[in-house]
Amino acid sequence: MSDRKPKLAVWKFASCDGCQLSILDCEDELLALAGRVTIANFPEASSTAVRGPYDISLVEGSITTAEDRKRLAEVRQVSRLLVTIGACATAGGIQALRNFRDIQECIARVYARPDYIDTLATSTAIAEHVTVDFELRGCPVSKTQLLEVLSALLVGRKPAVATDSVCVECKRRGTVCVMVARGEPCLGPVTQAGCGALCPAYHRGCYGCFGPMETPNAASLAAWWRERLGATPAHVARALRTYNAGAEAFRTQADAEVARG
Amino acid sequence: MASRTRTIRIDGLTRVEGHGSVYVKVAGGRVVDAELRLFEAPRLFEALLAGRQFTEAPDITARICGICPVAYQMSACQAMEDACAVTIPEPLRELRRLLYCGEWIESHTLHIYLLHAPDFLGFADGITMARDHGEAVRRGLALKQVGNEIVTVLGGREIHPINVRVGGFYRVPTRAELAGLRERLPRARDAALETVRWVAGFEFPEAQLDCELVALRHPTEYPMNAGRLASTAGLDIPVAEIESRIEEEHLRYTNALHARLKERGAYLTGPLARYALNAERLSPMARAAAADAGLGAVCRNPYEAIVVRAVEVLHACEEAIRIIDAYEAPDRPAIAVPPPSHPAVGKGCTEAPRGMLYHRYDVGPDGLITAARIVPPTSQNQRVIEQDLRAAVERSLALPRADLERTCENVVRCYDPCISCATHFLRLELDET
Repeated sequence: MSDRKPKLAVWKFASCDGCQLSILDCEDELLALAGRVTIANFPEASSTAVRGPYDISLVEGSITTAEDRKRLAEVRQVSRLLVTIGACATAGGIQALRNFRDIQECIARVYARPDYIDTLATSTAIAEHVTVDFELRGCPVSKTQLLEVLSALLVGRKPAVATDSVCVECKRRGTVCVMVARGEPCLGPVTQAGCGALCPAYHRGCYGCFGPMETPNAASLAAWWRERLGATPAHVARALRTYNAGAEAFRTQADAEVARG
Repeated sequence: MASRTRTIRIDGLTRVEGHGSVYVKVAGGRVVDAELRLFEAPRLFEALLAGRQFTEAPDITARICGICPVAYQMSACQAMEDACAVTIPEPLRELRRLLYCGEWIESHTLHIYLLHAPDFLGFADGITMARDHGEAVRRGLALKQVGNEIVTVLGGREIHPINVRVGGFYRVPTRAELAGLRERLPRARDAALETVRWVAGFEFPEAQLDCELVALRHPTEYPMNAGRLASTAGLDIPVAEIESRIEEEHLRYTNALHARLKERGAYLTGPLARYALNAERLSPMARAAAADAGLGAVCRNPYEAIVVRAVEVLHACEEAIRIIDAYEAPDRPAIAVPPPSHPAVGKGCTEAPRGMLYHRYDVGPDGLITAARIVPPTSQNQRVIEQDLRAAVERSLALPRADLERTCENVVRCYDPCISCATHFLRLELDET
């Protein structure tokens, strides 16, 4: 990796393209990045593809088809480091809501000919199928964090990505707590930092798009929502079942809420 | 040659959003089949929305597409406000237009500079193009950045903005925030004008689409988030009647539903259609730039859509300036929107960068969504793209295989298809027997 430019590849599975678009949204850094690495495979941005193996593969999206599961195994084989980007790749994404429903009924709601559709009953994170070297959270990922991960991996150090909660970012930013001061239900206390505590800065409760922090106390937060903010268990379950519905801490608490009725 | 059968298959179209392929079968010198196959894994949004709160639709549907999340938020809000029988005050609708201007600038500029211009100038991508056209690419990136900044100021972040809600916004921008944007807009407008001149100088293959062009039309505005649905063949209906006129069909080879106008067939939505139906309502500089670029009253050459996109970027810059200059902070960031008192149906239709985007929701008195239908621009355009592929291949049969494949990819890219949207990328297969 020393006397040649490292090769970067970008792969897409079930997703909205937003996380890989974050690379093209680095308007100030894009040309510099292209000077530092060979963008060897990035179909959304380029018609040329350089053969693997690749030094770093960025993987966007979740696994929802048998064919994608096979393709992912091939991607892993040609990648020295595999980094997942975004909530779909790290937790299954919004499409993991199917995991809690009958898949045939879901297909029938959208397509006139369900027999033409070939899909798995679940949407799952990349790490459930192959070894992942680093997981970058967010729906979408933060550009700053994405550049940090790439810069770190290129020089061979550990990326400096915080694993504490959105609450910490709110305090740092000086945002008044929306839950304490305004009674807004907020997932900030159990959600990993990274967005810069965006929603509370816009007077809105965090909706958990960076997924669970390292050691969240989701049960305590759920009780707070129910007992002090008057939320129903169904409301709490819905809030936990969005873009990171498949992440363990959110999933188990949502299940507990559903069981509560 | 005449008796030979050939297939052209392009597996994995590039510089488009999502996974798709092209399959063309030629027999006896004629194209027998031309299929755009969108094999993006289905994400089943309409099904996932059932049982969610009506207030969640803007954020959930934004996740259909990371390139045009604002469009989804706009159509979803409008549909929910329709279901709940509320109308947002004009200052909030203006702020929504400002947010939409940001997305038009960002999405169109991405397509013009990084995805489409490389076809005309003979490069594999925008980054390699920058070696010979550095000034242009840097101009494009700077322009795109201003679009993203508008979305960030109004929406909190450029992808999946967090500040849009049914009824308005969570927080409206401060004067100081808008002043920061306002300062950057004149340069963006100049860059947009330069962009129109730059792309107008490209060489365009001859081509004419004879299909019906469909877009929103508004008496005074270039359409974004208001108007009736109109066409070049005389269609003129309110948004409420769209479903009675457009039908969707599920074909075996594609995960996106094909839309067509009942009893009329294929139609095209997007920049060419918006321009054909609304050119006179473009901003003054955009109108003048369109005339200088030689666009005429109607442009039916799909290759020239890049010019129309550039004109629309210029319009969006001027429109953003107009909105900011006239801005007076609304009394409150959103109006209250209680769920409907009885089961209700709400419909919304706005102009996404790629064309009209229709949402319909059934909502119960408990505020829960019971049914959803989303008709994105790319699924509406699939038939026309296939017809155009067929015509392009028939014109180009004498070309060597590699050139023919390139022609097919170029055709598809003219339409800026968003496959993530339509199924919620492209492979070309050409089958010549």
